[in-house]
Amino acid sequence: MSTHASADVHHHEGHDPYLAHHFEDRAQQDEAHSLGLWVFLSTEIMFFGGLFLAFTVYHVLFPEAFGLASSRLSVSWGVINTIVLLVSSFTMAMGVHSAQVGSRKLLLTFLSITLLCAGAFMVIKGIEWTEKYHHHLIPGASFHFDLNDPTAPETQLANWGERREAILIADPHVERHAQMFYVMYFCLTGLHGIHVLIGMGLITWMILRAKRNEFNTRWNTPIELTGLYWHLVDVIWIYLFPLIYLIHRH
Amino acid sequence: MSAIDAPNPYQAQSRSSAVEAAATFPNYLNATGGWKSWLFTGDHKRIAILYIITTTIAFLFGGLAAALVRLELLTPQGDLMSGDGYNKAFSAHGIIMVFMFLVPVVPAVLGNFLVPLMIGAKDLAFPKINLMSWYLYMIGTFFGLYAIIAGGVDTGWTFYTPFSTTTNTNVISAAVGVFIIGFSSIFTGFNFIVTVHKMRAPGLTWFRLPLFIWSMYATSLIMILGTPVIGITVLMVAVERLLHLGVFDPAFGGDPLLFQHLFWFYSHPAVYIMILPGFGIISEVIPAFARRNIFGYSFIAMSSLAIAMVGFFVWGHHLFVSGQSAYAGMVFSALSFVIGVPTAIKVFNWTATLYKGSISFETPMLFALFFIGLFLIGGLTGLFLAAMGLDIHLHDTYFVVAHFHYVMVGGMMLAYLAGIHYWWPKISGRMYPEFLGKLSALIVFVGFHITFFPQFVMGYMGMPRQYHEYVAEFQVYHVLSTAGASVLGVGFLMPVVYLTYSWFYGPRVNSNPFKATGLEWQTSSPPPTTNFVEIPVVTVGPYEYADFEENELVHAR
Repeated sequence: MSTHASADVHHHEGHDPYLAHHFEDRAQQDEAHSLGLWVFLSTEIMFFGGLFLAFTVYHVLFPEAFGLASSRLSVSWGVINTIVLLVSSFTMAMGVHSAQVGSRKLLLTFLSITLLCAGAFMVIKGIEWTEKYHHHLIPGASFHFDLNDPTAPETQLANWGERREAILIADPHVERHAQMFYVMYFCLTGLHGIHVLIGMGLITWMILRAKRNEFNTRWNTPIELTGLYWHLVDVIWIYLFPLIYLIHRH
Repeated sequence: MSAIDAPNPYQAQSRSSAVEAAATFPNYLNATGGWKSWLFTGDHKRIAILYIITTTIAFLFGGLAAALVRLELLTPQGDLMSGDGYNKAFSAHGIIMVFMFLVPVVPAVLGNFLVPLMIGAKDLAFPKINLMSWYLYMIGTFFGLYAIIAGGVDTGWTFYTPFSTTTNTNVISAAVGVFIIGFSSIFTGFNFIVTVHKMRAPGLTWFRLPLFIWSMYATSLIMILGTPVIGITVLMVAVERLLHLGVFDPAFGGDPLLFQHLFWFYSHPAVYIMILPGFGIISEVIPAFARRNIFGYSFIAMSSLAIAMVGFFVWGHHLFVSGQSAYAGMVFSALSFVIGVPTAIKVFNWTATLYKGSISFETPMLFALFFIGLFLIGGLTGLFLAAMGLDIHLHDTYFVVAHFHYVMVGGMMLAYLAGIHYWWPKISGRMYPEFLGKLSALIVFVGFHITFFPQFVMGYMGMPRQYHEYVAEFQVYHVLSTAGASVLGVGFLMPVVYLTYSWFYGPRVNSNPFKATGLEWQTSSPPPTTNFVEIPVVTVGPYEYADFEENELVHAR
């Protein structure tokens, strides 16, 4: 490693302080870092894939229970969260662009907006989870799914009595199977939430490094990689949202 | 060798006195000193050494558990341990050998050491992540060993639900261990993929890559795509046990078969994680000791990728009798036969490489030839088990145990020993004792057959696996098997002892004691920290042994 190199990289092409010792040049290093993150993203997709598969299998096994349980989620919170994440992805992309053109001020602004959106997403998730707690929809000993709950949306339907009978004929254990929906719901949103928290940590770290003026037009790979990771978190939510919120609304 | 067009500075050095060479060049072993320089190293070669030590310890633990299992089975009665104790012993054997030894060992030891050397790079693309993967391996192993020592696990290495979610043994810490070791293997695979894509030396095109690299690349693909699935699966088992949520529990509508599907979606490809690196080693050793270019290079390279890909679509052959539909069973049966094709291509090509070669029987070659024989039996009996009708008879018998061990021990373990002997001079800068090496190869080969061949017979006759008691008519096979296991144990312990001795006292070697082609032989033994003084330029394929012999003659003149 050329630790003795001058910080002024423009005058010392041969001693690039941002070039790790085992790479030949910056192009090779940047390509390796970027490919590395893409490979890691494929791992992440397979990681979520196992849960998505489990969700799909149980959805096929218990369509009535999953439909009913899903209809008790708040679609409006889900939509708001989707918009929040989409905005954050846009500001993240703008942040990466700002880093590439070397505007530290814009970079800091966009990263901060992204961080705020991520925080807002987690707050809204917290509100939703708290609602579930108050409705005894946390899986476990206190779980209670009541087909006759007067506050639930489906019981407001005019023909609910008939439909209720039809559901009970199709799946006599619908209340027990509804718990499986919430197990999957908490596993999926929980794992996604952990990824959002990791993303928030990464973005905070990038803000701190940007404040120390570490990035410039020649060196902004960490920003780019954080951006890629953040887009993955966003994309997973794009699949998660219709899968858990919208399955009963056709 | 002519793989390098430019005059090669190491060729001259290899001719000079090896002792002198070792004295003049600082190498990766003596460049820096002190325990910190090892535990915080970014050097792929030092990380490989850390892995050699830890995986060998894991192997000894796993072997100890196997010894207990074989001792108990010496008599038809359960006189050494109870049924519970026996369950814990074979679970310990399986969990240690699969997750802590077979999956990591070749990628983490030989892969770490050789991938950068073979492609002419100074290091892997992410040295810190490489070191982190060793720490993850250590943490995961401690969780696993804690589970085994503090009361044990009795689920076998497969953690089948609902047993694994209801038994009162340490399933959670074992599952956490498997999860963490999984990430260690993901990071290794991820590092290799990026390194092979982006760090190859000038002129080293994809079809000039050594076949070991192709097999490591295929292995890495399985690691990054399969391992996360078992990660999330064992996590769900842990969640179910901790919170009693019933993810796989039929009482809550959970589906135990879903667990088996998810588990085998990783664990079948995982046997290719274990064996593909072995194929890579054999593809290097055979040409070197037959002094011939490998036969059908591109077929061997592509068959590795084919195995990695098709390997993801055969998991259902583990579920033939689990309640999977007959149609699914037929498809999985047919696909399992398909994966025999690329595997057979490799065996045919290795054999064809030997044809008209000038074969010499040094230790690595002996192990490699034994590998071909044992792997052939292991692979062909796999076809028995892939045939759905026959599998109903053979399922859960010792036939399966014998098949698995023929592939994993007869195949993978012998390939690993072939590789560790072949590259030992490069790793340590010293020679292993040739006579003891050959002797251990012979002892392993004989001991292995005595141990596992009787298991085919008794399995076919109906001896079920995982029982500590059995009917007396099977005793003769069990006695043979246990006797063979003690021979096999000696054969495995010998290399541990004489290689340790050789590490400190073996005679020093020059850069290329086997006169092999390949970039790793063109730097000093042991290599300097940055692998090459000057990055080589590659102009021809990896196994130009004909040219090599000619060049030797030219130099001699």
